[in-house]
Amino acid sequence: MTDEQEMISAIECPSYLQYHFTAGSAPARFLTRLKQGVLTGQRCPRCSNVYIPPRGSCPACGVPTEDEVVLPDKATVQSFTVVAIPIPNNPIKPPFVVANLVLDGANISFIHLMSECDNSQVHIGQRVQAVWKPEQEWTYAMDNIRYFRPLDEPDVPVEKIGSLPVTGWEG
Amino acid sequence: MQEVAIVAFSQSDCLARAGAANEVELIMPQLQAVFGQVGLNNAQDVDFVCSGSCDYLQGAAFAFVSGVDALGAVPPIKESHVEMDAAWALYEAILKIRMGHAESALIYGFAKSSSGELPIVLSQQLDPYYLAPLWVDSVSLAAMQARLLLEQGLASERDMAEVVARSRRNALANPHARLSGKLSVEELLAQEMFVAPLRKADCAPVADGAAAMIICTAAKAREWGVPYALLSGIDHRIETHNLGMRDLTDSVSTRLAAEGAGLAGGVVEVAELYAPFSHQEIILSRALGLGEETVINPSGGVLAGNLMMASGLSRVGEVFRRIVDGGVSRGVAHATSGPCLQHNLVAVLESA
Repeated sequence: MTDEQEMISAIECPSYLQYHFTAGSAPARFLTRLKQGVLTGQRCPRCSNVYIPPRGSCPACGVPTEDEVVLPDKATVQSFTVVAIPIPNNPIKPPFVVANLVLDGANISFIHLMSECDNSQVHIGQRVQAVWKPEQEWTYAMDNIRYFRPLDEPDVPVEKIGSLPVTGWEG
Repeated sequence: MQEVAIVAFSQSDCLARAGAANEVELIMPQLQAVFGQVGLNNAQDVDFVCSGSCDYLQGAAFAFVSGVDALGAVPPIKESHVEMDAAWALYEAILKIRMGHAESALIYGFAKSSSGELPIVLSQQLDPYYLAPLWVDSVSLAAMQARLLLEQGLASERDMAEVVARSRRNALANPHARLSGKLSVEELLAQEMFVAPLRKADCAPVADGAAAMIICTAAKAREWGVPYALLSGIDHRIETHNLGMRDLTDSVSTRLAAEGAGLAGGVVEVAELYAPFSHQEIILSRALGLGEETVINPSGGVLAGNLMMASGLSRVGEVFRRIVDGGVSRGVAHATSGPCLQHNLVAVLESA
């Protein structure tokens, strides 16, 4: 019984499962308005924080956020990075700017792209505004906004980022 | 060792499909309900949190982490998770309390299993080398188990239909049930085969939803001033994943767990058994040695509605409710996991 056995180093068992993913009731309300070009945050009934995109709960308090707040498309740079290397399967060619942005009237940031700017001049506290795709291309996605471009407004001091009113920044 | 008390329980309706709701939206109402029963604000007011869910059902790695959004975890809390039914999250929380690491704990289980094709999804949880590539689904495995019972004369199709008829009848009093009603054994036997020898009615209807529970030391329960039941014993045992090595007509692991939990120490007035298939209730009743004096599945059990990853915890909750509200003094709750009753947990509850 000394027949040499072929070493088994791997077996192939491809598995493919199909799911009907649902984003959630609150995200669905957000996405429905987003398709109409409206940015809708949700306010926590306890701590009053406004979340966008909303997920249905205030993670800090653990309660549903059902109070909806329409927000403008102006935001402040909370943090950013300049991507200098090509990312596999990403159609965007480097160098490009990825930024953490807080919309006026919101209390948490989301990630989006910045363009129409000098990458070396991008900075924390910088004011930006959304550049939207043409209306006929709008769908249930955050890339209805192509990117954010700088605004000619005074910078927001770091300690005020994330606490601006819906009416924006007076400087 | 600390005496463990159950002070609050809530479960959602068993919905065939929860619509647009995501998992966090399924969990929050149940957490709010149990916090309300005790008078707590959120998870900051308990010492430990443990949840049970299965990422396979959501089809996303680490999907359970999103559940934390329902807790109010700012500032950070002590939190843990089991990739199982939340009955095992309860077990972990009990260990924490018995070791003196916590005085109170929140436990919750949740699933939106309607997102995928559950029997097929579960087939991929099995032994990855020999079984998963065959895609043997959970219903087919249960059907093979039922066939063994029938062929060996250990149960009849009529016995199985009687389990279903009683479940549907009991579920008339359960507002969360998905299936309830008056069906005769003859009507059930007249239904066509689904996966022979199982008819559709022999299989628990899968449901989306969540359940939550708060436990604590008996001293803490008295401090909170809420009615409570004592969890006097709990144990769980698992059998080999090799189905061919198991006696599928018996549940040795359930019997051992019952011994470990001290089930034999008194009369069992009520039993809530997690039997997703009618013949499995027969196996479990025998393994637990339940007789005439025990009311089995007064809620209708999971044949009336099966909240994946929460039904085990709900069995404990159903017994708790009957002790606190219904004058029952001692009962047993059972939870199962894996194909053909592979892994079983037994908890004994007593009035305070």
